[in-house]
Amino acid sequence: MADIKNLTRGIIKENPIFVLLLGMCPTLGVTTSGTNGLGMGLATMFVLILSNLFISLLKNLIPDKVRIPAFIVIIASFVTIVQLLMEAYVPSLYEQLGLYIPLIVVNCIILGRAEAFANKNGVIDSIFDGIGMGLGFTMSLTLLGLVRELLGAGTIFNYNIFNLFGISDPQMMLVFILPPGAFLVLAYLIAIIRKN
Amino acid sequence: MAKIESSLKNMVISLLVITFVAGLSLALVQQVTQDPIAKAHEQKQVNAIANVVSEFDNNPLETKTRIAVDGDSLDVYTATKNKEIVGYAILSYTNSGFGGLVQVMIGFNPDGTIYNTVVVNHQETPGLGDQMTTEKFRSQFKGFDFQKQKATVKKDGGDVDAITAATISSRAFCNTIRKAYCAYNQLTNNTASTDAESGATK
Repeated sequence: MADIKNLTRGIIKENPIFVLLLGMCPTLGVTTSGTNGLGMGLATMFVLILSNLFISLLKNLIPDKVRIPAFIVIIASFVTIVQLLMEAYVPSLYEQLGLYIPLIVVNCIILGRAEAFANKNGVIDSIFDGIGMGLGFTMSLTLLGLVRELLGAGTIFNYNIFNLFGISDPQMMLVFILPPGAFLVLAYLIAIIRKN
Repeated sequence: MAKIESSLKNMVISLLVITFVAGLSLALVQQVTQDPIAKAHEQKQVNAIANVVSEFDNNPLETKTRIAVDGDSLDVYTATKNKEIVGYAILSYTNSGFGGLVQVMIGFNPDGTIYNTVVVNHQETPGLGDQMTTEKFRSQFKGFDFQKQKATVKKDGGDVDAITAATISSRAFCNTIRKAYCAYNQLTNNTASTDAESGATK
């Protein structure tokens, strides 16, 4: 039955970014600031929980040979629903994340967990897995975004920390905001986390 | 319950049912959210207008007109207070941004200077070009006077400080400003008179 390990596993031990290396495209693309990483992570987590829930419910009704198209339809529907609801009721949040929401459909973590976990396990376990993996993904993206934001723009969650030390206009390393910076920071973070 | 077999009939039926339910729920959500989304968009326009002109008491959305500029046309909203015109908000755009379309709402005082600007829509590089939305960059356009200043970046001989490492985005922003000023001139029909004035001062 439900196992608490399914919840905690995704956070560190099988962290989708640093250990499973899944979903690299949104990871590298959107993490230019801590806020972006956090927002993308939360939106992905929401879709991941819902898609895991429904796929584990429907797994016996979907013939194996057509499971991938069926999963994609389910995931894409949830993403569109999330997008419409956000645009209607939280326009300010949608403003910031609007570009990234449709990207969730092609995030391989969601299809990966549907295929590898929700398709084989019960409803509660699948929800736990969705929460765990979602948290792991959110934490990794936020961490990556924070490091890039700090090195590239000198801010943390848009708060200029250099003002505290009386430096008003620091010259930061812009390369960390640009795509090469994403690869560099990700490589160092993976190396540090997988050191043991 | 045992997993159902992958026969042709089962595959067709299950896919049909899933896509049908998905389509139905999407249509339902779309129906429910249609009005709130339209309202949110309208509110966004009103907020943008309210940010770029001084205090007004009419509904600027009702005064929307289109002004032709260089084979193109821009939306112009008029803000009035006690029936007197307090400013014009012009929704200007350019496709020359680093990421394509850049839309800026530009507010003009009745005397032709800029009151304020707000970026409504852009796809510039996060962390670089998107700094055009910051107060730091936009504040140099407050009170911008076209009689005395040139709306191009300093690299091009103008009076605008470009964003570090994002000259293309800064140029795009200046483009929208100049376009809006053309529209403003057409609107107030004072192209001739301003030319005459500047000629007189020389």
